[in-house]
Amino acid sequence: MKRKYWAAPYLVWVVGFVVLPLITIGVSAMTDDQGHFTWENLLSIGDPINRQALLFSLAIALGCTVICILLAYPAAMILRSLRLNKRGFAILIMILPMWMNFILRILAWQMILSPNGVLNFLIGKLGAGPLQISNSWIALMIGSVYDFLPFMILPVFNAISDIDEDTIEAARDLGANDRAVFWKVILPLSAPGMISGIIMVFVPAMTSFVIADILGGGKIQLIGNIIEQEFTKSMNWHAGSGLSISLMIFVLISLAFTMKNDLKDKGTTIW
Amino acid sequence: MVRWKRVLSKVYLALIFLFLYLPILMLIVLSFNNSRSRVTWGGFTLNWYVRLFSDSRILDALRTTLALGIGSAAIATLIGTLGAMGIQAMKRRNYQIVMAVTNIPVLNADIVTGIAMMLWFVRFMPLGFSSVLIGHVTFSIPYVILSVMPKLRQLNLSIYEAARDLGANGVYAFGKIILPQIWTGILSGFFMALTMSMDDFVITYFTKGAGVNTLSTMIYGEIRKGIKPEMYALSTLIFAVVLIILLCTNFLSGRGKEAAEKKQPAD
Amino acid sequence: MEEHILELNRISKSFDGKMIIKDLNLKIEKNEFITLLGPSGCGKSTTLRIIGGFEKPDTGTVLFHGKDITGLAPDKRNINTVFQKYSLFPHMNVEENIAFGLKLKKKSKAYIQDKIRYALKLVNLEGFEKRETTSLSGGQQQRIAIARAIVNEPDLLLLDEPLGALDLKLRKDMQRELINIKKEVGITFIYVTHDQEEALTMSDKIVVMNKGIIQQMGTSKSIYDEPQNAFVADFIGESNIVDGVMLEDRVVSISGVKVECVDEGFGTDEPVDVVIRPEDLEIREAGKGYFDGTVISVLFQGAYYEIKIRVADTDWISQSVTAPRAGETVGLYVLPDNIQIMHKPRSEDAEVVRE
Repeated sequence: MKRKYWAAPYLVWVVGFVVLPLITIGVSAMTDDQGHFTWENLLSIGDPINRQALLFSLAIALGCTVICILLAYPAAMILRSLRLNKRGFAILIMILPMWMNFILRILAWQMILSPNGVLNFLIGKLGAGPLQISNSWIALMIGSVYDFLPFMILPVFNAISDIDEDTIEAARDLGANDRAVFWKVILPLSAPGMISGIIMVFVPAMTSFVIADILGGGKIQLIGNIIEQEFTKSMNWHAGSGLSISLMIFVLISLAFTMKNDLKDKGTTIW
Repeated sequence: MVRWKRVLSKVYLALIFLFLYLPILMLIVLSFNNSRSRVTWGGFTLNWYVRLFSDSRILDALRTTLALGIGSAAIATLIGTLGAMGIQAMKRRNYQIVMAVTNIPVLNADIVTGIAMMLWFVRFMPLGFSSVLIGHVTFSIPYVILSVMPKLRQLNLSIYEAARDLGANGVYAFGKIILPQIWTGILSGFFMALTMSMDDFVITYFTKGAGVNTLSTMIYGEIRKGIKPEMYALSTLIFAVVLIILLCTNFLSGRGKEAAEKKQPAD
Repeated sequence: MEEHILELNRISKSFDGKMIIKDLNLKIEKNEFITLLGPSGCGKSTTLRIIGGFEKPDTGTVLFHGKDITGLAPDKRNINTVFQKYSLFPHMNVEENIAFGLKLKKKSKAYIQDKIRYALKLVNLEGFEKRETTSLSGGQQQRIAIARAIVNEPDLLLLDEPLGALDLKLRKDMQRELINIKKEVGITFIYVTHDQEEALTMSDKIVVMNKGIIQQMGTSKSIYDEPQNAFVADFIGESNIVDGVMLEDRVVSISGVKVECVDEGFGTDEPVDVVIRPEDLEIREAGKGYFDGTVISVLFQGAYYEIKIRVADTDWISQSVTAPRAGETVGLYVLPDNIQIMHKPRSEDAEVVRE
């Protein structure tokens, strides 16, 4: 038997459970209750409430991604400099939190950030007034960064670890100081890692609804929350599908825009 | 100067780890708290750990979660490993198309994947354990393929051909030559799939229907009423078991590597 | 006046408790082509890395133009390196690679363009400006690495086994080219290799190292003709190294036969090492040399035959353009001038050297 046929079960699976569901949601998005064709569901993303939620989600996702990049690079650089020689160890530390239930971990942040929580207790000890950040977009941002940071650190760390020490030494040899080594060698060479990090952070941050649900205290509506409610509360599946497809298209466009920018910048940021 | 920098970088790493592990620490502490309140410390107790084992709803959800995790990881590993080997043998064009489709569940938002599957499943089957299982397998397979694929690329195929040349049949040569070389990829693929399944909430939430609960969906349903402290105890137990397993395997494989490195003379 | 561009004073360095360099002293003159030669693990690469600033010696100082640069970072030294694995920047094309150092020095665009053109011409890769480094062959990559280093006009160019990854034919071509480049740019070259032939063809001066210690320093000819100890004799070219006893000045006993030589000043009856190069060992008719022996094997080597002859319990290697038959008995003779007598190693360190 030819080896390529070994993929047959996988291909059947992909068609049955990836492609067909996507077609189904697409059809659902473009029909109404009577089964007639309509653009309405897709265009409802432009309704004021939905549009506001979409833009707010975009802002949160962008902020979260940028913060993750800023936190991940120093961490990845330091991990590299430790020369643990054990990539497995870094991965372990980043993956391990996933084994504590995700919703419980977000609930823990709610407790930490609450007016009488651990954070305010510590700040009170330092003599400062209590911070009112629970149930706000700040709490949502902290929760999002917390949940998605490992998905930025891991690919960035992998990319940075893959850079040959010789390449860095060559740059030093040619007169580059620490700063020049970072901007002209490490950053451009780790760009692919950063891009996969961006995808792994931006998409879930943009579309999650659980974090906003718990840490936003019901006051914050991301586009994910609206879609979820269309299915669980309003029972308006066609509208929900329409919003989902619009969201998917929007995310794809944002990603394509980031990629294109990155590729275009490649020539200019290096020098 | 250099020392100062070194201290600063250690402090930075420590802060990042604190950030990542603070909530976990918090939950572990709560699991020993002799008070139902989430904000006051009522003394140390193992009470929740004892009670946990008489709460049939929690144990049910645990069984479902474990069955889903192990079942979906096993199916995903089997289909994904075979798939990776098949895909790798494909022509460039087909290869690119299939890999692009493979990336869809990774790139797509969980909420869209979950809803799309739900809309598809309700057309021909009742939502329940099987639909959740299919859902988990679907989002796990790409992780298996993505961890097996690099190993296949490094694979020294000439050894396989040499084995065939020396008279080994295909199955034997596969088991003796190929499998040992990609074994670590398959194992980490299985582990990733298991982790993703245990950690998932969104896809389960949309595909589960009424009767089934995993730990995640059960906790989500209890948020408004207040979380049972038994849940903290159970999560702490799961976390501890995984931590111990991982530390053991990491320690063992680390020792093996070190021994191998020591054999190489330094120039 | 003799001017030292670089001085290494009493340098020692160990890794994980293993001594790599022991108390090394070395002075390098301006405009020399100097080669550090030795087997792998002898400390030659570490010495180069200390000069480049990539390693700090445990003790000792590095003086560059008379100034102490021991603790100075690599980017602050006017020294450039050509790395063994080329280490070109994979995200830059040829032109950007060569311009890297000049751009950091904020040179003008026109100056940089001029330099790139000049350097590519020097390494025979004109017109390669826009090529991606990944599309180049090993030899081409190494030329770019050389161009990238010399455009910075370093006072000292370090070359760490730069030809090690190339095939034989290419290596020969590159050796010739390196000598030409050296002549053209007039920079001091410090070259590291384990290939004795490469060292002998290219260098003005060779430093033979083993176990972190300099064994001998001198011109190619002096190192080849007058090795100072058995390690050097063994490492540089092929040699017959046999036990002998110095009977008196200019007479040595080998396998019980008195042989005439030119060495003086050894003790009476002192045990010595006798070194005779294979090409200096003449094969004559039986009875017409110092010893008679049996031909064990004859190997054709292209330009000459390599012949192994057994005399009593000692095996000799001879190179000759004519070949006896295996099993034949022949006589062996050597001119007094072609015998090199060396003291037996005494100290433990010197013993180590013999391996």
